[in-house]
Amino acid sequence: MSDSQKLVELQSVQKAYREPNGDRLPILDIEHFAVEPGDQVVIRGRSGCGKTTLLHAIAGITPVDSGSISIGGVELTRLAEAGRDRFRARNVGYVFQTFNLLPAFTALENVVLGMTFTGRPKDRKRAIELLEAVGLGHRLHHKPSAMSVGEQQRTAVARALVNKPVLLLADEPTANIDPGHQQQVVDMLREVCINEKVAMLMVTHSPEVSDQFDHVVALEEINRVARAA
Amino acid sequence: MNYLTIAWRNMCDRPLASTLTGLSMALGVAAVICVMVIHRIAVEQFEQDPQGYNFIVGGTGGRMQLVLSTVYHLDKPLYPISYDYYRKFTDGEYARYTDVVVPYCLGDTFVAGDFKYRVVGTTPELFDELKYDGDTSYEFSEGRNFKRENFFEGVVGSIVAKQGGLKVGETFNPTHGLAGEGDKHREFKVVGILAPTGTTNDRAIFVNMEGFYLLDGHALSAKPPTSDDTTPSTTPDPGIPSVGYDNAGNEVEPLPESQREVTSLLVRCPSAIDSMTLNTVINKSGSATQAVAPTEVVATLLDNIIGPVQVVLLVLTALIVLVAAIGILVSIYNSMSERAHDIAVMRALGASRMAVQLIVLLEAVLLALLGGVAGWVLGHLMIGIASPFVEARTGVSLDMLAFDASELVVIPALVLLAILAGVLPAFTAYRTDVAKALSGTR
Repeated sequence: MSDSQKLVELQSVQKAYREPNGDRLPILDIEHFAVEPGDQVVIRGRSGCGKTTLLHAIAGITPVDSGSISIGGVELTRLAEAGRDRFRARNVGYVFQTFNLLPAFTALENVVLGMTFTGRPKDRKRAIELLEAVGLGHRLHHKPSAMSVGEQQRTAVARALVNKPVLLLADEPTANIDPGHQQQVVDMLREVCINEKVAMLMVTHSPEVSDQFDHVVALEEINRVARAA
Repeated sequence: MNYLTIAWRNMCDRPLASTLTGLSMALGVAAVICVMVIHRIAVEQFEQDPQGYNFIVGGTGGRMQLVLSTVYHLDKPLYPISYDYYRKFTDGEYARYTDVVVPYCLGDTFVAGDFKYRVVGTTPELFDELKYDGDTSYEFSEGRNFKRENFFEGVVGSIVAKQGGLKVGETFNPTHGLAGEGDKHREFKVVGILAPTGTTNDRAIFVNMEGFYLLDGHALSAKPPTSDDTTPSTTPDPGIPSVGYDNAGNEVEPLPESQREVTSLLVRCPSAIDSMTLNTVINKSGSATQAVAPTEVVATLLDNIIGPVQVVLLVLTALIVLVAAIGILVSIYNSMSERAHDIAVMRALGASRMAVQLIVLLEAVLLALLGGVAGWVLGHLMIGIASPFVEARTGVSLDMLAFDASELVVIPALVLLAILAGVLPAFTAYRTDVAKALSGTR
């Protein structure tokens, strides 16, 4: 596959945080990393090695210090913050470790909320279809507090996919789920991404999860900072 | 789902804090509305009552006191003027400038339970010739006007009839003096009940001046110690019946003019020029009498007393609203730390900084608007609830549904205030560190 076919491509990306004492704390130093369209990639790594920062950088949530990040040919690192926000709303789905559903909203409203910031007309019917697809057709109007952990994560997946993104970022999506339901979530994510023709980039520290994927990358392999640590 | 819905749901997610904040705003706005409505009614009342004549003539003393005692049935009457002076207006040198002159004789009270009402000795022209708000004739809901020849007839204001339980055909005994603690006079017969006028005349009793003069202590035994020094007329007052009747039909002699005096006069002139001329002549005559245009005094009263009082009250109530707005600020700002996570989630879903800022501002506006509308309704409800009590005590009718144009300013002002109150929490939302907030768990 040529470079022009890459869905996500990182070139010479560096990111460091500033410690309270003013010292620079490098987190990411990635020479090159790419994800192809429709691919399902798992990035494995120990806690604190920069997995979440990498996802935030790809999503445009956290700006990088240098280098370039492109998604679908759009160089995010050249966009202003408002442009990255709009791009993320339309093209990137995000599933969080802690689901991050808004407690004041029902399952359906949480999914519709995902459409609110795209600037496009809201498609309530698609939100319902997605919730039905993840087995929550009977829980549309329940608030997160009335749902099980598994149901909350399935709602979060529906919300991440509602805008028909090209890329789904999943940050430890099984970390807060009991072992009995972890496999269900992984299966659901893979199946939904295939059905929706969405590439998935998942980070996890769980070998049980990463072993199920063909394309697994250890963060230490691509991140010089993690490798040095 | 739009930003307004998100703001609404955020507000509903904190029911106690939102309710208390909205309630404080509602109480503040209700207070503002009450002040506005009561001020408007007070102004209308003050401006409406002294209509239908050009000026009041009275003895020496304060202009305000003359207007208050004559028009509003408040305060002590001024020093009386002589009956001869009054004759100048009926058939003397001022008659050519005078269209209607109505004498007022004050000094008695009608006591009904806890209520006290002024008894005004006057002539039937008060109701036959003058119009109470400038262009509306007096009407009687029952009975008729009193007749000059029936000395002991009287008509009662609508509120007096209601509170005093007086009906046409019944009698009442005025009490000597304005304190309502003096001896009771002989009885007068109620021959008419005035239809409500919305003026202070609803709270007074008007009796035939001829009968009033014949009550104990009302006749002068010697040269009256009046403030003017008018030469007595050589001809009798043609307005005084040569003989009158009491309520039993017996003939009664009227009191001689030399034993009469009047408290004040309501004077209507044929034209504005006549009014100005006569007013000037009276005030420059050096006769120790004065002519006062009540509208000027009322304007002074409104400008110097009512207006500043309203400003003070409005400032106080505005402070209540301001405190309520600060309450909104504190309420939302205090919730920002717990909702930083939600804001971060929205930002991660693609919401711009401006979007989350707008959502927080909308929440502040919603709180202020809902509180404001509730306060607006509450204010008018309070006026409606207070109306019977206020009407009973003052005779002023408060219409719950009477809206003041200035009330329209309240809502935009609230929106502006809410935006100001929401700026700080909105800025906090704007500055939310998404990555840091997302790393925390709920």
